[in-house]
Amino acid sequence: MFRPLDDKGGKAVAIEIEGRSQIVPAASNLAAALLSAGFSPFRTTPAGAAPRQPYCMMGVCFDCLVEIDGLPNRQACLETVREGMHVRRQQGAAAIGEKGKAR
Amino acid sequence: MNEMVDLAIIGAGPAGMSAACAARACRLSVVLLDEQPSPGGQIYRGIAEARDDRLAAILGKDYAAGEEIYRRFVACGANYRPATTVWRIGPDGLSWISAGRSGELAARRVLVATGAMERPFPSKGWTLPGVMTAGAGQILLKASRLVADGAVFVGCGPLLYLVAHQYLNAGVTVRAILDTAPRENLLPASALLPGALRQPHYIVKGLRMIAALRRSGVRMHRNVRAVSFSGQDRLEAVHWRDRSGEYALECAEAFVHQGVIPNLNMTMSTGCRHAWDEQQLCWRPDLDALGRSSLQWLLVAGDGGGIGGARSAALSGAISALAAAHDLGRLDFTAFERESAPLIAARRRDMAVRPFLDRLYRPAQGFRIPEDEETVICRCEEVTCGDVARAVGEGCPGPNQLKSFTRAGMGPCQGRLCGHTVTETMALLSGRTPQEVGYYRIRTPIKPVTVGDIAGRIENAEQGAQHEQAAAD
Ligand code: FES
Repeated sequence: MFRPLDDKGGKAVAIEIEGRSQIVPAASNLAAALLSAGFSPFRTTPAGAAPRQPYCMMGVCFDCLVEIDGLPNRQACLETVREGMHVRRQQGAAAIGEKGKAR
Repeated sequence: MNEMVDLAIIGAGPAGMSAACAARACRLSVVLLDEQPSPGGQIYRGIAEARDDRLAAILGKDYAAGEEIYRRFVACGANYRPATTVWRIGPDGLSWISAGRSGELAARRVLVATGAMERPFPSKGWTLPGVMTAGAGQILLKASRLVADGAVFVGCGPLLYLVAHQYLNAGVTVRAILDTAPRENLLPASALLPGALRQPHYIVKGLRMIAALRRSGVRMHRNVRAVSFSGQDRLEAVHWRDRSGEYALECAEAFVHQGVIPNLNMTMSTGCRHAWDEQQLCWRPDLDALGRSSLQWLLVAGDGGGIGGARSAALSGAISALAAAHDLGRLDFTAFERESAPLIAARRRDMAVRPFLDRLYRPAQGFRIPEDEETVICRCEEVTCGDVARAVGEGCPGPNQLKSFTRAGMGPCQGRLCGHTVTETMALLSGRTPQEVGYYRIRTPIKPVTVGDIAGRIENAEQGAQHEQAAAD
């Protein structure tokens, strides 16, 4: 499990992960914040419902897809946390190009 | 009216940032779009953020070198658009999305500087949560100050050793390093050593790092083969073989690495010519010495055009920007020659180490073409090596047809994590060269966009892109 290198203090914001409030460092990368909160898996695959977590952290693998504020297919590793952001695990398929709801 | 910009640059790593500086020095109007919230690319990720002495010491001098490029970039006068994803490029410019907004940018030249990604590590269990690339581990350290205790590092290549070294510097326990560099590489690589020694600092640095890892007492296994990962819902253990037997080690995180390859999808989507690089075992766009592709409007700089590392990337960015300025009639030939010649010479010198490094850390075949039928090749659609073999047996001729046979390459990553494995696997199974087998045809959009975004593009085009903000303001 990932942990902060040291306790730096600094500003924090509250986001909601699967309906539970979680305090995370302000302006942190969303995938990093979810990993250090122990969120696992980030999504399950459409084909075999296999659990996934970030693999590349740089936007190429798409294993970090989550639902943010109701929008599916968001790459958590490319998002920055915002106060009040709602994050949900993405279950199975949510086709590219579909807006607002999972298939 | 849709404003026209001279040069649109995609990617804010060393190549993109240097290109912006050089283009601005030639008075080109420049827009640089980047997916990340701040400049640096992956190599200098988080460079804009203040670092305390501790993190600076952990990351080392090479990372600090990014600061100079970054400072020049922010002062160069390019229009910089962070957190912006480009999902289409073409002769007329590009289409982007950013935080729910979308738009078009018209450009005379497009310079792709989208860098490298890590070579796929297709092995049993590599899709389990807890298995991630060494680069991912380093990004979490650089940009988010996160570390994982007791991780196992598996694979080979400078980045793998560097991240392990940074972990040890940070005082984080490393469970083991499983080095997969094949012993057979030593002999052919040593023949290339004299050339590499023209840039001795790379060799000295590498040797120092490896010596430091040895001294640290961290558990190390060499000539590791047949790596696999196991666990219920996440990684629980890594398994491997070497000459003396079979082993397993419990761990919650594994950082895997087999070198880097160009991040291809953007250049592939343009239809510009690509070639299989036998030295680096990867596809790369076919470029001239100035980074010009087979399409007049498209240039490529940095690792996205072939792996050369950060220094070469910065040089190639500047070279390509000068070429674009010259092609657009904004830099006369004498000035172009005068300014580009020293950069081209410096880049050639810097690249002298590559043949040696590429040969020394060439991943063994078993790490590129899975030996086990059940190994997942396409992570998105969970297509296995056996599925590919069956398709080839049924007469499937190439990667594009493989899509309809198996759905490989049809998931959200659009073949990024399976394309190279598919090319090499199909080549081996059908007795052809990778060049003959080819690669997936990559289509726009190259990033997930909503129907609304695409509709927006059509609307924009129809209205003469009225509401598109001033492109080069
Ligand atoms: S972790 Fe790979 S795309 Fe986000």
